[in-house]
Amino acid sequence: MSGQIEEKSRLERVLRSGRIAVTAELNPPDSASPDSVYENALVLASLCDAINATDAAAANVHLSSLAISALLAKAGYEPIMQMSCRDRNRIAIQGDLLGASALGIKNMLCLTGDGVQAGDHPDAKPVFDLDSVTLLKTARRMKEKGTFLSGRKLHTSPQLFLGAAANPFVPPFDFRPLRLKKKIDAGAQFIQTQYCFNVARLKTYMQQVNDMGLTDKAFVLIGVGPLKSAKSAEWIRSNVPGVVIPDGVIKRLKGAQSQANEGKKICLEIIQEVLEIKGVSGVHVMAYRQEELVAELITESGILDHRAKKH
Amino acid sequence: MRVFQTQPAVLESCYRLTVVFLKPVQSLILRSTVLQKSLMFMEQLFKKAVFDCHMCGQCVLHSTGMTCPMTCPKNLRNGPCGGVRNNGNCEIKPEMECVWVSAWERSKKMPVYGSNILGILAPLDQRLQDTSAWVNEFSGKTESIQDEWSN
Repeated sequence: MSGQIEEKSRLERVLRSGRIAVTAELNPPDSASPDSVYENALVLASLCDAINATDAAAANVHLSSLAISALLAKAGYEPIMQMSCRDRNRIAIQGDLLGASALGIKNMLCLTGDGVQAGDHPDAKPVFDLDSVTLLKTARRMKEKGTFLSGRKLHTSPQLFLGAAANPFVPPFDFRPLRLKKKIDAGAQFIQTQYCFNVARLKTYMQQVNDMGLTDKAFVLIGVGPLKSAKSAEWIRSNVPGVVIPDGVIKRLKGAQSQANEGKKICLEIIQEVLEIKGVSGVHVMAYRQEELVAELITESGILDHRAKKH
Repeated sequence: MRVFQTQPAVLESCYRLTVVFLKPVQSLILRSTVLQKSLMFMEQLFKKAVFDCHMCGQCVLHSTGMTCPMTCPKNLRNGPCGGVRNNGNCEIKPEMECVWVSAWERSKKMPVYGSNILGILAPLDQRLQDTSAWVNEFSGKTESIQDEWSN
């Protein structure tokens, strides 16, 4: 390998320093203009360590994650580019991995991707040439060995802080920690989980993950987010793949005077609880088209004031 | 014949027996197109009936709880995606149990190869689609793909 890109990911530096990290999801615009990317990023940037650019999440087409991440990186923000295997084969994936690094992107979240049936183009051809585990391994090979999967040498290898997703909240529960181990063995250095609305389940999972020594090898950020109303919670749990919202949460929302306030309160409680769990390195805040609310949540949760307190 | 899938230990023994029978004649198989074609015919017949085999040509059944990963709508070879429903069914085909929920439960009942499910498998080589997995196994193709991947 001749050339190396020097500067490391800021997110990686924060996590390695032992501070609690906060990441947030930016809602991708349906627009060819960068304006709304910058508008949304402006709200989030001062409050979080990195911004996730989703890759046609739930198989709905939006501005591409590579473009959003490149725009963010150019403007000095710290993007986490999400890369799913649903829409690209290994040729496109490896090209985009190089492209991402060339455009100044330092973090990549490697995903399998939701099925096309979940989105607005259910008639599309699903690719899934690689899966999240083999995608991670591909990225690590390019990064560390400086070669493509074919063995052909790279001139400059991509320097990416590699992440993976985990969903501790869906079956097969006892396989989930082993699946996480595969991802970490394949190259994942940080983990962002699916929305957590069941802290008890997360505690069991984290206990297993800690016992397996996985939290010594990768940083785990827990996915959290506010629910707008009981109705929207019910819609999410039946339409968004992998999001589990227990009946108790919906009941609590239904019984509240202001459902939106209650949703925010539940989210704040979950943030406090998950940060107490051993092995948790931070939170990943997601709220569809509610960047302002994400900012409020981060501020009110007090994470920023207590960042050094990580055990 | 899908009912055989509920007996992963039996299927595992069948796999081992097939290896015992075919291994001594592998060089013969590799030399004879007639034998290769008959082997492929048998594979199509039995593996389709028992596992809903898609003839990917890179059979990994003993590493995936004797459950064909090609029947997963995302063709996942390294474990379940995050979209599995609360009831253990598939995100894409809600009426079907997640292939990996079945695979994981079945692998626990396999005394010899059960723990293979913990390994990382290579992505598919699309060139081997519609070829005989046994022939690819004996010719060393399957092994070299996995070795190259593991390095």
